[in-house]
Amino acid sequence: MTFDQARWTADEERYEPLLSEKHTREVEVESSLPDGLTRDTLELPDLSEPELARHYTRLSEMNYGVENGPFPLGSCTMKYNPKFTEDVAANPHAAVHPDRSPESVQGTLELLYRLQDYLGRIGGMDAVTLQPPAGAAGEFAGILVAKAYHEANGEERSEVIVPDSAHGTNFASAALAGYDVVELPGADDGRVDLEALEAAVGDDTAALMLTNPNTLGLFERDIERIADVVHEAGGLLYYDGANLNALLGRVRPGDMGFDVMHYNVHKTFATPHGGGGPGAGPVGVREDLAEFLPDPRVRRTDGGYELFTPERSIGKVHGEQGNWLVLVKAYAYIARLGDEGLSDASAKAVLNANYLASQVDYDVPFEPFHHEFVASADTDAADVAKRMLDYGVHPPTTKWPEAVPEALMTEPTEVENRASLDQLAAAFDAVAEEDEAAIESAPQRTAARRIDQAGAARNPRLSWQALDEQE
Amino acid sequence: MSSHESGSPFAPHTPAETAAMLDAVGVASEEDLFDVPDELRFDGAFGIDQRSEQAVRTHLDVTLGRNADLTEFLGRGHYDHYVPSLVDHLSLRSEFLTSYTQYQPEVAQGFLQALFEYQSMLVELTGLEVANCSMYDAATALGEAATLADRLRGVSGETVLVPEQLHEGRRGVLENYVTGTDLAVESYPMTAANADVDALAERLDEDVVMLYAENPTVRGAIEERLADLGDLADEHDALFVLGTDILALALLQEPASVGADVVVGEAASLGLGTSYGMGLGLFACREEHLRQVPGRLVGASEDATGRRAYTLTLQTREQHIRRERATSNICTNQAWVALRTAMHAAMLGPQGLADLAEECVTATADLAARVDDVVGLQAPVDDRHHFREFVAHTDQPAAAVAADLEAEGFAVHVVDEHHVQLCTTETNAAKRDALVEALEVVA
Repeated sequence: MTFDQARWTADEERYEPLLSEKHTREVEVESSLPDGLTRDTLELPDLSEPELARHYTRLSEMNYGVENGPFPLGSCTMKYNPKFTEDVAANPHAAVHPDRSPESVQGTLELLYRLQDYLGRIGGMDAVTLQPPAGAAGEFAGILVAKAYHEANGEERSEVIVPDSAHGTNFASAALAGYDVVELPGADDGRVDLEALEAAVGDDTAALMLTNPNTLGLFERDIERIADVVHEAGGLLYYDGANLNALLGRVRPGDMGFDVMHYNVHKTFATPHGGGGPGAGPVGVREDLAEFLPDPRVRRTDGGYELFTPERSIGKVHGEQGNWLVLVKAYAYIARLGDEGLSDASAKAVLNANYLASQVDYDVPFEPFHHEFVASADTDAADVAKRMLDYGVHPPTTKWPEAVPEALMTEPTEVENRASLDQLAAAFDAVAEEDEAAIESAPQRTAARRIDQAGAARNPRLSWQALDEQE
Repeated sequence: MSSHESGSPFAPHTPAETAAMLDAVGVASEEDLFDVPDELRFDGAFGIDQRSEQAVRTHLDVTLGRNADLTEFLGRGHYDHYVPSLVDHLSLRSEFLTSYTQYQPEVAQGFLQALFEYQSMLVELTGLEVANCSMYDAATALGEAATLADRLRGVSGETVLVPEQLHEGRRGVLENYVTGTDLAVESYPMTAANADVDALAERLDEDVVMLYAENPTVRGAIEERLADLGDLADEHDALFVLGTDILALALLQEPASVGADVVVGEAASLGLGTSYGMGLGLFACREEHLRQVPGRLVGASEDATGRRAYTLTLQTREQHIRRERATSNICTNQAWVALRTAMHAAMLGPQGLADLAEECVTATADLAARVDDVVGLQAPVDDRHHFREFVAHTDQPAAAVAADLEAEGFAVHVVDEHHVQLCTTETNAAKRDALVEALEVVA
């Protein structure tokens, strides 16, 4: 299969001009307000609708999404997003103001309540909040809940333990919540090192943050021991839901001993990632932590649904109720799939990862893995990724986790058929056989050739105003 | 339709394909691939029925249809402006919607350029040199501003000063964001919905690391002495953080001109609408704080042929590299909303933005005057200029007035026992007459 991405260039400039380069206008700002309260002028692009339609169509053609081809970006769970969920979210009755009286938004509250309930069942959790607007926001909320729990028990615990292979957000969220982060080295088999864990836990341990399967795709088989070690020390076990797509219907975080978890509904439940968001990061907890969840939550009453403040709530982690439209899409997706579809999604995601790994001629040092595997490249993984772009596929996540040299962290998800997995494998293997020159001069077929990212950081130009200054 | 008969409708495998793939892997069944101890196994019975696409749509139509059909005169940070059709049609192109964070910039030039353009529009609107390409909402952007202040003034000073009249969501999120710092949040008094500059002058000392003000305020009042606030903050070496929204920026004083170091606020008022409080946090700051900015930044660079190209940049601030020492934990953000906001702003253009913002002043003043004419109501309560919204005094209990209005098909805020707040934009313009008539009956 060959691939050429659209590349729009103005003849002289050799790139699609910025809106500001097409046409700007400076207007005098006139107002009924007294002088001094207003700005004098405003200079912004000034284009007609047809010009804008063409501009944004061109930009879209210079962008690669799940519907363009395989997108096996490990840990990101890039799935096909069903179309009907967009229509559901566009329902005019979904477009309500957050300050409406609860009586007048019973439909919205019912949907939130049902989603809380569904997520609780899927995660094996007793109570769920939908407020966090992304996975990392969910981590932050979950850790604040853990903190409030310990404080309510009269305990000042200062540390959160995070495996060295964890998502960077775990470290950052724990730090944002005021904790010292204790990094836990992994064992030789790529899993949690129990001895190291036993040495790390203690009276200062507030929580261990863990994803299972971990970032190598490996299931932490000793999870019950891990839970015991953390619980015996008085800490809580936090589940990072980034890899939940691997487990639907097979095992639930609550059943594994996790006390707090977040769900990445945009990953597991196929809501579009939107070029980097919005997502949503609901948090589930076991029963005795429910009173600390963010304010407000939704509950059912005799006559309908209402908002309420949990008794010892941590307060708010979003100005309102989070990313509502994403939650609508997630709910619609779960309702569409049901038990059978959700379980099958995991089965096929795991099958696809295993099949793809069996077809590529790369070393995969850690197994058996679930929904994602980490292959090791013989050469610079970042270079391999650039060359893979020329084959019409999005490359894996590169250079992480560090336990695998020149890592290519690959997660095909359940939405790829055998043919596209074979296309991916062919891309992997073709690159492995190419000479250095071909790889280093890649990519050739994309809208831009290899971009000088170091230069961008050394000489930051972050707006068209900054470009103008320099030219 | 999918050729397989059960399971996920979005997994394309036929039974024959599944069998062949299992064979290639060398296992007998999918279950053999799950490395899960038997004692932990769950049987997949969540108790959620699978439904057809049509059934789910009908279910959602019925459920959301339980929301009452009210005309909203609600604001307080979330505003309903007419979103041009172009925004839906172009932002929903799947190349945008179904893409991910631009970790491979060579195949993501389109989104990167659109985000670069979004950043640039905020630079023009704020007068500051740097804007990031999104926070979750205004409240979390305010929280991030406080942690920025903490990093800049790490050694001395422990107070963040905020207006006593502040949206409870913003205050609440701010309180949580300073959890990991030694900062404490304190309020300063207000006079007729503006910052009490004299009281602030008394209060400010070296303990204050950040002074936060809003323009317009939560009561819709335009701040009249912003530059004085900027000077006060500057004199005491405090970070001056200004909260606003993207449309107000098109008309009101340019933040940089009044000494703002950081601008936060809501940008989804263009491009998204109220969406039950889903937002887009804007965040802009001075160039000197560049290395401390939270969130993602898109920068211009060149590709191997010398052509201009865009990429995420300064990622060493971010959590996937810096982990616990990152400037923020934000990873997934609101990129697609930022795309929509940029499209909406571009559709309006400079004159359209300025005109719409001016209408937020004149239409609001007009509505306030008409409400003031209603017996039993006085408006606006605050003797200020207003942007989109204002507070009215009711002789009747405000909650009863709001409930009666709801029965007539209108939603308004209850501020306290005898005050309601009304917000108007072009989307409820056609119902202003009806609102005033209803007020004449219920107030």
